[in-house]
Amino acid sequence: MIWLELLELFFTFFKIGLFTFGGGYAMLPLIQSEVQAKEWMTQSELVDFIAVSESTPGPFAINIATYVGSEVGGVLGSLFATLGVVMPSFIIILIVAQCYEKFKQSRVVQGVLSGLRPAAIGLIAGAVLTAAQTVFVPAVSAPILEVITSYEFICGAVIFGVSLPLILKKVHPILVICLAAVLGIASGYAPMILGF
Amino acid sequence: MKEKLKRSLVLFVTFFKIGAFTFGGGYAMIPLIQKEVVEKKRWITDSDILDIIAIAESTPGPIAINSATFVGYKIAGVLGSFCATLGVVLPSFVVISLISVVLREFSQIQAVQFAFRGIRAGVLALILKALISMYKQCPKNAYGYVIMALAFVGASLLKLNVLAVLIFCAVFGLVASLVADRRAKK
Repeated sequence: MIWLELLELFFTFFKIGLFTFGGGYAMLPLIQSEVQAKEWMTQSELVDFIAVSESTPGPFAINIATYVGSEVGGVLGSLFATLGVVMPSFIIILIVAQCYEKFKQSRVVQGVLSGLRPAAIGLIAGAVLTAAQTVFVPAVSAPILEVITSYEFICGAVIFGVSLPLILKKVHPILVICLAAVLGIASGYAPMILGF
Repeated sequence: MKEKLKRSLVLFVTFFKIGAFTFGGGYAMIPLIQKEVVEKKRWITDSDILDIIAIAESTPGPIAINSATFVGYKIAGVLGSFCATLGVVLPSFVVISLISVVLREFSQIQAVQFAFRGIRAGVLALILKALISMYKQCPKNAYGYVIMALAFVGASLLKLNVLAVLIFCAVFGLVASLVADRRAKK
């Protein structure tokens, strides 16, 4: 049975590696849909892991493959998932390296990319919306007015409002994550300490 | 043969270093590759680096893996690309394997849960910034906007399969550019 799970990890991440162009967050929409469909991780766990990945060395793709793999199938799981995400790039680059000039000038490659690049942007816009949902509206069923006046919503909005200008001003992501963590802890304990 | 083996070993160590010291991955890795492989080792030139970026962007997979495989192949063939890729993957693999154990233990603590509630809002800013910079790099024309809108509506509102949306957009792009080529010839 364990082999079936390992193979599923391998092929899922193989698919993710094969269909992500540009790397990094371009991978997020596909990971979001795959990991959720298989119930390997919840939406907020995924957002949490982005923070972990930003604060540890290495590419996001490898980090997330290793993490999901280890959650699902231990050390073997992380090995299969990582192998899966690396394999497509490895094979394709070895092939492309043989005929690089032809590849660069190929009309077909250029055409396919002219469709995939804007598609990635549309997909990531969707990923931003999903991530926003985990921050601002954890309970979907509540009425809107109740949601936007809740303490959690206001805290989330303030922390987001502080983080965005810092990120846009190219403050290092790790510093912003640390600041957000401190603000999160402060806002979490504030009601208990101040008694409201 | 001996030379290739030696070079592959150096490749492994070099890319291990690159993997261990880049946070966030992707493009953050390019300056480090340039410093180690172009300036220090003089294995490839600056124009090769531009080629690597172009290739990494136009082939699937993470940029880190693509560039490690490509540089490795250029310097020491298939063995070289294997060693470079292994080198760049290994640090993340080890660090995350260790962290995943710790994360499971710590995630029950109240303070950690509060911290992550704040962090999620910070991460949202990070992804939004990635979206903005990708949008800036993308060529802006009517046809690009149409694909962006189609992909967004398809995946987010209609909840279509992300893979299906990507394949559709790739075919759409291919057909549109072939048609444009035909017209230009006439």
